[in-house]
Amino acid sequence: MSSTGLPQHISKQFDNELEYIRSRVLSMGGLVEKQLTDALSALMESDIELGSAVLDTEYEVNAMEVSIDEECTQILARRQPAAGDLRLITAVIKTITDLERIGDEAERIANMAIDLAEKQGPKSYYIDIGSMGNYVRNMVHGALDAFARMDSKAALEIAGRDPGADAQYGAIVRQLITYMMEDPKNITSAMDTVWSARAMERIGDHARNICEYVIYFVEGKDVRHISLEEMEKEVKG
Amino acid sequence: MQPNSNNQETSATMTEEQQSIDSGARPERGRTHAMDLNAITRKFGKVTLAEEQECFSVTDFNLYYGEKQALSDISMMIPKKRVTAFIGPSGCGKSTLLRCFNRMNDLIDSVRTTGEVRLHDLDIMDRAVNVAEIRRRVGMVFQKPNPFPKSIFENVAYGLRIQGVRERRKLDQVVEKSLRSAALWDEVKDRLDDNAMGLSGGQQQRLVIARAIAIEPEVLLLDEPASALDPISTLKIEELIYELKTDYTIIIVTHNMQQAARVSDYTAYMYLGKLIEFNDTNTLFTKPRTKMTEDYITGRYG
Repeated sequence: MSSTGLPQHISKQFDNELEYIRSRVLSMGGLVEKQLTDALSALMESDIELGSAVLDTEYEVNAMEVSIDEECTQILARRQPAAGDLRLITAVIKTITDLERIGDEAERIANMAIDLAEKQGPKSYYIDIGSMGNYVRNMVHGALDAFARMDSKAALEIAGRDPGADAQYGAIVRQLITYMMEDPKNITSAMDTVWSARAMERIGDHARNICEYVIYFVEGKDVRHISLEEMEKEVKG
Repeated sequence: MQPNSNNQETSATMTEEQQSIDSGARPERGRTHAMDLNAITRKFGKVTLAEEQECFSVTDFNLYYGEKQALSDISMMIPKKRVTAFIGPSGCGKSTLLRCFNRMNDLIDSVRTTGEVRLHDLDIMDRAVNVAEIRRRVGMVFQKPNPFPKSIFENVAYGLRIQGVRERRKLDQVVEKSLRSAALWDEVKDRLDDNAMGLSGGQQQRLVIARAIAIEPEVLLLDEPASALDPISTLKIEELIYELKTDYTIIIVTHNMQQAARVSDYTAYMYLGKLIEFNDTNTLFTKPRTKMTEDYITGRYG
């Protein structure tokens, strides 16, 4: 049995190609996860150096996206995959787009971290932003894990956490609005923080998207643009 | 002036979204769309088998070559004016089943069948049925092109001559129409009296299809029609199949899965004489119901 849960192809080479693509997606995911972790630490600890390090890895993620895309195109051209194989390739092509976007958001957070480290402002609300950061980072980790194990139940569970990220974003925005009203001097740094929270909220959305692609691959059901309740029905039904 | 309901819905949703942004929480995705996305995306252009008109219906059909059972318990509906493809490994019975649709299996002595194959209301397995009449209504084209050693014109006119048509004008008319339908007219119109054996393989195959449609059958059975042809001729035959389905019900047996995926509306996967899965081609090639089908179309060990 291969790791996709299906017996092996008659063409061993095809198995190797698909396995290679899957492992490349996971290492791209690992890279993006590291970017996110570092960007969050840079933000929390006002670490300018770590923030710049995140920005330096951007090209690596972009290069991986381009090369995985190309490998998928080659498989489509040469193997004409069908059924589960076809769904895997489709899911991979979409997953790496969302991973790349998560990378972009991580860079945005790193940029804010660098800006904020140079500014003076109240840091008390950082606790909330830190916990939101952890929350979406766990979502990304869980989504990649569901992808690695091709586990639609796990993907469903992770996708279900997205409203939590949205709610935290809302709470942080409300809190920061209060700070800005208290003292207009806070506005610049508070706005930067709002953008970071916004980036995290987007990361949650991208993680949910990846979960949807995992469900598409495993179940053959397109669960985009439907409510979580409907999604649950599709996976369990 | 009454704005249309879509606009109303959009503005209602916008307000709702606006409110929820104001209150901080984003609305749950999927409810922000003004339209029901399910309505537009899930169904596009899809017709299910149940909605099709029936051409053949096969019920509890079994076929034996002597003691050996070649088809077991086949029940299926072949939709009218659609392309239905049979796929499956060698010896799975797909050609045997195809040959039942115009009683070609009669030519093999040891064949015995049970169950029903109906062409509209006619039970074609009935001994009392006029087999020549069935074969007029259900034409067939084989893997190797088999033109008669006669002129191109006579090949196409052959069926009509057998039916007793003598009138030259009528023959000219039908020959031209058939050759045009088979996308061969432009290539042979200046040499209709040349021997058909001088045509290329791809042209011969299209000639044979022209011969089959000259007598205006309802159904065309194609048994590996392109497997002896080069890729360009193959594409021409596939294009022809696409055009012919506006007038004919087409059933095609092919070893080439990509070909089945390209030309057919419905695909049946057979294995060891059984019909494993029969579904619309889009679904069968993206989300097959059974693991056996999945393994076969993705090229895996069963």
